[in-house]
Amino acid sequence: MSLHLHLRHRIGEFALDVDVTAPPGLTVLFGPSGSGKTTLVNAVAGLLRPDEGRIAAGDWVLMDSATRLWLPPHRRRLGYVFQEGRLFPHLSVRQNLLYGRWFAPRTARGESLSRVIEMLGIGPLLDRRPGALSGGEKQRVAIGRALLAAPRLILADEPLAALDEARKAEILPYFERLRDEVAVPILYVSHSSAEVARLATSVIALRNGRVVAMGTPAQVLGDSAAMGARGVASVLRARVVAHHPDGLSELDTVAGRLWLPRLPQPPGTPLRLRIGASEVILSRARPTGLSALNILPGQVLDLHDGEGPGVLVTLSLGDGSFAERLAARITRRSAEAMGLAPGQTCHAIIKSVALAPLDIGAGVPDLG
Amino acid sequence: MWNDLAHWLGPAEWAAVRLSIRVSFWATLASLPLGILTAYALARWEFPGKQVLNGVVHLPLILPPVVTGYLLLLVLGRRGYVGQVLDQWFGIVLSFRWTGAALAAAVMAFPLMVRAIRLSVEAVDTKLEAAAGTLGASRPWVFVTVTLPLILPGILAGTILAFAKAMGEFGATITFVSNIPGQTQTIPSAIYAFLQVPGGQEAATRLVIVSVTIAMAALVLSEVLARRITRRVAGS
Repeated sequence: MSLHLHLRHRIGEFALDVDVTAPPGLTVLFGPSGSGKTTLVNAVAGLLRPDEGRIAAGDWVLMDSATRLWLPPHRRRLGYVFQEGRLFPHLSVRQNLLYGRWFAPRTARGESLSRVIEMLGIGPLLDRRPGALSGGEKQRVAIGRALLAAPRLILADEPLAALDEARKAEILPYFERLRDEVAVPILYVSHSSAEVARLATSVIALRNGRVVAMGTPAQVLGDSAAMGARGVASVLRARVVAHHPDGLSELDTVAGRLWLPRLPQPPGTPLRLRIGASEVILSRARPTGLSALNILPGQVLDLHDGEGPGVLVTLSLGDGSFAERLAARITRRSAEAMGLAPGQTCHAIIKSVALAPLDIGAGVPDLG
Repeated sequence: MWNDLAHWLGPAEWAAVRLSIRVSFWATLASLPLGILTAYALARWEFPGKQVLNGVVHLPLILPPVVTGYLLLLVLGRRGYVGQVLDQWFGIVLSFRWTGAALAAAVMAFPLMVRAIRLSVEAVDTKLEAAAGTLGASRPWVFVTVTLPLILPGILAGTILAFAKAMGEFGATITFVSNIPGQTQTIPSAIYAFLQVPGGQEAATRLVIVSVTIAMAALVLSEVLARRITRRVAGS
């Protein structure tokens, strides 16, 4: 089921003007704060009434200003995971989880309580009250509560923004499982390109209330118009090959092997890696005598002038239909000294420690 | 215990105590739903005449109680504008009856009840109510399952305050329903009456002791309940 979003809304100086269709899967609404992401998602939830437009999930219309149709929030059958959790303080975790189910139509086929509890690992928390939970635990319960309302669409508004890095790493895998194991489309608001790379099946990039790019995570993260020259990153698919006794894990990619600090995933696991363009060094010849372990050969696709003295070089890694793109941000001076031009063979050098744990996520099985 | 109390007090005093408790109980209970509605409306809704409603609700707090009592008599007395209709069409008479005393007490206690509940409604995070809406709860269900449990401490505080105020109400009551022993003579009116006659001090003192005891008990009870509810709502 794809989600059609067509709306115009004005709040003071800010104007939101959007007309996009989010394909099934997990769509990340991506953009800096103030770009209109939350306004958009609140319009989908019915918490905000846009000036005009039409919102429809498949053939199920949530609002249409042309026919004056507007479903109130409680009739939209959504699961909304808020940034601050918003668990009911006067109810136990179990009562919070079952709150939405009580209002769902009897015929709705939602997830079973036992499966959600198992999936989110919240069994031991059931009889506690939200006041006694940690931030990460609260957010896991909030995900479960949304899921158990038997929603037709799950909304998540920066559900990790209030958490520290360790808690983010704790919650992200649950959203990956949600994406891969639950057949409900998800609209996920985020300003973090790491979350885009790990979670998205498609991305809608917003800026100043308008859609500036849309596509796969690799397309949008590699788009300097959407990301700004400094924010450009690449998404590489990889698979865990082996874990070595010296503390490194060996991964296979389209262009060769990568070695990263030991990963928790077992061999065979498909992964997605987010590699910032500024973390990549280029070399015409295959370098020797270098401390960096990760050297991937590729071909220069194009060069883009970026902000200031920078140039964005896009490489094509691997060949044929499996080719992937890798962006590198280098100075114009080095590009000229190297005589870089499209079609040339080039080597990309990536430091093993350049990838933070949040940049490494489970790959989408059908893509991996 | 009740028997000992009844023995210790004279029949007139005992009647006043029972009447006061009855009047205050019904005054508080009957005005509670309207109090919650008014508090919610003042805290959350925007409507024309909101400031007028706010003023009318708070008026009994500022006016001399005798004025409030006289206004009640004008409107709801047997010859009053509304009282006439109630009497002729429904056979309901409020003036000089215990029900009238309950009404006077309710009117006087109403601003205190509304203020306490309104504060607690304003303290409720509307984001929690919005979250309940997205989970499928309609407005009335959101109120019952989220708002009401969260404002329970305020409702409790408002109820206790209103009850205490009703127990002590004197001016409006004596003006609207007079001071008829066994009918409309509440504890304060009885104390006043005993003090008007020679040798009545002893009876008055006994009633003062009863008043203080009831007031203290109500305060302690509200503290205990409020702490228990707050602990449950805050969760730990």
